[in-house]
Amino acid sequence: MKPTQKAAGAAANYVDERTGAAKWLKKNLTKVFPDHWSFMLGEIALYSFIILLLTGTFLTFWFDPSQREVIYNGSYLPLNGLHMSAAYDSTLRLSFDVRGGLLMRQIHHWSALIFMSAIVAHLFRVFFTGAFRKPREFNWLIGVGLLTFGIVEGFLGYSLPDDLLSGTGIRIAEAILQAIPVVGSYLSFFAFGGAFPGTAFIPRIFIVHVLLLPGLFLALITIHLMLVWYQKHTQYPGPGRTEKNVVGYPLMPVYMAKAGGFFFVVFGVTAFLGAVASINPIWLVGPYTPGQISAGSQPDWYMGWLDGLVRAAPPLETHAFGHTISWNILIPGLILPGILFTGMALYPFIESWFTGDKREHHLLDRPRNAPNRTALGVTSIVFILITIVNGGNDIIATHFHLTINGIMWFTRVGLFVIPPIAFVVTKRVCLSLQRSDRDLVLHGRETGRLVMMPNGEMLEVHEPLSDAKKWTLTQHQRPEALAAPLPASATVGLKGKLRARMNRAHATQIPAPTLTDLKELGEGHH
Amino acid sequence: MSNQIERFEDPGLPAHVHRNADSDPLAAKRAERQVAILFMLSALGTVLTIAAYIYVKSDKYVYLPIMGSTNLQQILLGLGLTASTLFIGLGAIQWAKKLMPDQEEIAERHEFRSKEVDRDELVAAFKERGGSAGLGRRSLIKRSLGLSLGLVGLSPLVLLRDTGPLPKKFFTTTDWTAGTRLLLDPAGTPIKASDLEVGAVAQVLPELPAGTERTLENTGKDAVLLIRLRPEDFNLDPQKLSWTYQGIIAFSKICTHMGCAVALYEQQTHHLLCPCHQSTFDVTRGAKVIFGPAARPLPQLAITVDADGYLVAVQPFTVPIGPSFWERNSSNG
Repeated sequence: MKPTQKAAGAAANYVDERTGAAKWLKKNLTKVFPDHWSFMLGEIALYSFIILLLTGTFLTFWFDPSQREVIYNGSYLPLNGLHMSAAYDSTLRLSFDVRGGLLMRQIHHWSALIFMSAIVAHLFRVFFTGAFRKPREFNWLIGVGLLTFGIVEGFLGYSLPDDLLSGTGIRIAEAILQAIPVVGSYLSFFAFGGAFPGTAFIPRIFIVHVLLLPGLFLALITIHLMLVWYQKHTQYPGPGRTEKNVVGYPLMPVYMAKAGGFFFVVFGVTAFLGAVASINPIWLVGPYTPGQISAGSQPDWYMGWLDGLVRAAPPLETHAFGHTISWNILIPGLILPGILFTGMALYPFIESWFTGDKREHHLLDRPRNAPNRTALGVTSIVFILITIVNGGNDIIATHFHLTINGIMWFTRVGLFVIPPIAFVVTKRVCLSLQRSDRDLVLHGRETGRLVMMPNGEMLEVHEPLSDAKKWTLTQHQRPEALAAPLPASATVGLKGKLRARMNRAHATQIPAPTLTDLKELGEGHH
Repeated sequence: MSNQIERFEDPGLPAHVHRNADSDPLAAKRAERQVAILFMLSALGTVLTIAAYIYVKSDKYVYLPIMGSTNLQQILLGLGLTASTLFIGLGAIQWAKKLMPDQEEIAERHEFRSKEVDRDELVAAFKERGGSAGLGRRSLIKRSLGLSLGLVGLSPLVLLRDTGPLPKKFFTTTDWTAGTRLLLDPAGTPIKASDLEVGAVAQVLPELPAGTERTLENTGKDAVLLIRLRPEDFNLDPQKLSWTYQGIIAFSKICTHMGCAVALYEQQTHHLLCPCHQSTFDVTRGAKVIFGPAARPLPQLAITVDADGYLVAVQPFTVPIGPSFWERNSSNG
């Protein structure tokens, strides 16, 4: 035995005698993970989180989370001699006087954007394929939590440099606090340690940003992954894939190499963005002061929908009995986001309620095969997209020579009109795709080869699909695949009627062809 | 049998298709070289990173296409880091795809639900142990425990009380009083009517009592925008008109929607626009809201001149400035 092998063996023995890890490892080295590009979205989120921890730690070595007033005297000459907070001053020093500081800041910021984008894309994948169904509801809830905290974490992060743009964002957050009925002005004073902006806020959000929320993320991500590990991953339907098995590559060596390699790829791509693509150049806008502002004030994209909603709100306030209630802030800033996120969190339970489906699901739905759910997802995305457009209405107006007022009115009307249209269109598209699948299975693939018959008739040759493909396109048609007919007792009363209606809507689908259909077709005409 | 519907059947996992490298030793050797080259590129990336850190001067800027003037050290560090990480990843993936076994494996899923007997035993054990602790019988303990658990959360809540003082009159007052001079921001000098031409805009702050340091908290509610129009452009009621001076009108710069600085002034239309949420105010009509989510006009500050000809406030703001809050009495604007 080579000395290295001997040393490794001794170390392994040492660990195993104390932890019994060998048994667990033996079992899990061969653990199978299904392979699909869409399963990498969650991975990107996880790897971005690790990159955020690494680069964020680097930044804390120089960043000074303090609103103590200092006079800048560094290598960025245009701001020399200006009064600013130590937070802004140290961010400038990080950007100009620390080797690699700007790079790390930019990787950190890009990574945050990728983190949020990956979470949202992962959410879409899980929603549209029905991966949230039993037994994965807990992981759905954790995911919604991670998304919510991610938005807060990102907002706090870009608020830390205390530049003119981020200070404006904090000012808006303060106004939302201040608008809360009864306790608003107190909440604002408690949060800011007195009047806005004060000197307490940056140190406070710093500790939330670097300790509290990352700790929470770490805990939630750990549970999220442990559940994935224990419940085993879902898989797309296909030959050999059933509700009872999982088909894929073993952890050792393929999955380890691919997933481990993918971490470095994500890191590399993020580092490349940080190297070549400038992001949040805080030195251009100057330090924060409440009396100034920069035109085109924009939040990061994952806050854009909220800003867009607030911009679209009509000027509604209630003045009564010496009190003021700002509906123009409360509805778009708190009530509507609350409803949206609660609805999202509860969706698995709502769907299971109206479908009556209490079975376990490990095979994913192809989105077209659940038209109602897919339509609902697209409707929500369209709604959010419109708000994001409105959140950037000033930028869009200047780039496309439109008026801000025009975009705002488009949004105000569009938020009510376009999502329902999107629902109907998506549902029809899904059903059409199902028809096209049916066609494919029964008539085969168009080859583009034309044949002329002796009588002069022209025919296109169709090639039958492989058995594997036929199975993939028809396997979803199991009895009561989408929604079980509800017992009569469950459909009485307003709630019951609603449930029955949603059940029917959800069950709409084109019957998948069967072998019998195919045989009849062969016997009949051809 | 004829009315029995036959379904398509699962043909099972497709047969494994061999790759070149599985059967051809030359192809395998080639793949091995590719992987090794990728790993070597990563090593070179690390060398580049270290070299850039040590040997490139921090203040050296170069002109690059598209990117413009760029700090040479930052970009080299970034590209080095990119290469050192990206190529490890690509190498590992290439290795997995070309050389590691690519046969899909099947594993059975297990049931999550515990066995019936285990569940029953748990319930029994729970009941027995709970019963032995007297959880069901001793209602006095149960109730008092409930009370204490309900209350225990109060102390941390109370302890948070000192995170900030009470607002008192902060939201309803500013530093503007009768006779306060308007100081140009950031110059800090008093301003005469003749300093402002028609169409001009200036930001002013109140002159604070001697010895008072101006803070951002002051600025956040004191900032005022001066705009000079031709007097005939105004469309104001007589009282608000009397608050202007020779065509100069003064508004709080703090948006009544969410407190951003309303800083964009369109000279031709006399509109003030808040860049945060696009609330638009018509200066000629006393900053009335003509578009956007703001619900109230920007409060107007009455101004005149003092004996030396400098602009001063006639009185404090008559309504609270800035965004609304619960205690705000908005019955008179």
